[in-house]
Amino acid sequence: MSAPLDLSPRPGGAPLPRQVLAQARMEARLMLRNGEQLLIALVIPVLVLVGGVLAAQRLDLDLGRSPVDALTPGVLALAVMSTAFTSLAIATGFERRYHVIKRLGSSPLPRLGLLLGKVGALLAVQLVQLVVVAALALALGWRPALSLPGAGLAVVLGTAAFASLGLLLAGVLRAEATLAVANLVYLLLLTGGAVVLPAAQYGGFGGVAALLPSGALGEAMRAAAWDGAVAWGSLLVLAVWAVVAAVLTARTFRWD
Amino acid sequence: MSLSDEPAVLVEGLRMTYGDVVAVDGLDLRVERGTIAAVLGPNGAGKTTTLETCEGYRAPQHGTVRVLGLDPQRQRRELLPRIGVMLQDGGAWSGVRALEMLRHVAALHAHPLDPGALAERLGLHECGRTPYRRLSGGQQQRLKLALALVGRPELVFVDEPSAGLDPAGRRTTWELLRDLRAAGATCVLTTHYMEEAERLADHVHVIDRGRVIARGTPAELTHGGTSTIRLVVTKPFPPGSPVSLQQALGGPTDVTTINEVSLLITGPADSTTLATVSSWCATQGVLPESLHLGQRTLEDAFLELTGRGLT
Repeated sequence: MSAPLDLSPRPGGAPLPRQVLAQARMEARLMLRNGEQLLIALVIPVLVLVGGVLAAQRLDLDLGRSPVDALTPGVLALAVMSTAFTSLAIATGFERRYHVIKRLGSSPLPRLGLLLGKVGALLAVQLVQLVVVAALALALGWRPALSLPGAGLAVVLGTAAFASLGLLLAGVLRAEATLAVANLVYLLLLTGGAVVLPAAQYGGFGGVAALLPSGALGEAMRAAAWDGAVAWGSLLVLAVWAVVAAVLTARTFRWD
Repeated sequence: MSLSDEPAVLVEGLRMTYGDVVAVDGLDLRVERGTIAAVLGPNGAGKTTTLETCEGYRAPQHGTVRVLGLDPQRQRRELLPRIGVMLQDGGAWSGVRALEMLRHVAALHAHPLDPGALAERLGLHECGRTPYRRLSGGQQQRLKLALALVGRPELVFVDEPSAGLDPAGRRTTWELLRDLRAAGATCVLTTHYMEEAERLADHVHVIDRGRVIARGTPAELTHGGTSTIRLVVTKPFPPGSPVSLQQALGGPTDVTTINEVSLLITGPADSTTLATVSSWCATQGVLPESLHLGQRTLEDAFLELTGRGLT
């Protein structure tokens, strides 16, 4: 037997940074433990990278540079999109469904803390994704002319844009509908959204694709990795998406 | 009046409607500190709506609500760290392990209880690594109670704490809530179990259709446990039976219809009463199937107040 519990009241919230850290660690753990989330976060990007490189070699495709150099920036963009948009939307949808957000709403954790915790969890999972994908790419012979500011800004603004869109979806639809729509949009953007392949390869649709958040993120990552450049135009597109989606989310999100 | 003299909960004239449905209809509630208050009523009586208004989830449409002297809407951030809340459904990620969830909520508080010791106290240590979705209904229920208590709140709101619990789990829950009161905390619980309210609460607030229809200590509400006789017969009573039995018994006894084959007689359950009841049965041509002698319970009180059973 352990010591008797001292049940006398001694209420109080932990300091906000500690609460945010606890929330971020909890959400990151749950994300990495969930099979479907892991599939989307790691397995698909790895398959796209390896499969794309092998296919390009076998079919002798002309991508303008070595297949791994051509594909890796887009696969990194895909990894960012999968976590910030699809995983976040599905997880948040089910948190609403299972009254987790309502439960935490009566805890000392304020809504701002919940939001910061989610951002922290996203960044932690993305770090794992970026390390895995980049390590694999380097092993396959990736030699980027990397602009760290360019890639960093793309990841941050891309995460802001996609996370706001994911929360917008999860905040108004039922959990099942969120699951379906988040996966569908992910597939559509993966194939037609200029995330893995450059917008220039989409012909007449390329101009539109570059204005999608997927296309803008892909183009910004390619500019950073191919030319060591900061793609201000694409970053601006991402920022506009982030602001518009965040405003809409703030207006429409239902916590319960 | 010093701050701590204020009641833990003060609700005055609360009225809440959902569309055309009146969920709470002019409800008053006062809970003193260091007590256990039971809000008792059938499903749909307005219990959960009242609680959620106290917890700050819903803004009162009419009336005022003060919890620990604070406005749960405008002073929510100040109030939340001081209260514990047990929701009726859900409240945990489906894939989170029981002890992991408890540790997480503990980490949001400044001086939490030791999660391991609390889990052991509630018999949760055996399923500490089980994901929430695989816990039994009783285990989920006990975990939700633990989540409400782990932050060492001054005041806990528990919505149907023993729904779905087996007798052992219910006993553990009741003991913990009594210890909590002994340690100085206040507890407001909703229930539709009469036994729970009788055994646990200092004060019972009986609500029906959004209003308080009776309140008092369990002893006051059951008139100190007046004896009762429950008469069940084999075929329906002839019309006018309660009145005719009441006249036959005379004196301080009271006859209430439970259903067409059973009556509740409240008053001295002595041999004279029993003899009168059986001879009355003979003259009415009804055959007693059972005569059950007992103490007047809250269930009987509720029946008298509303003319309906509780469940």
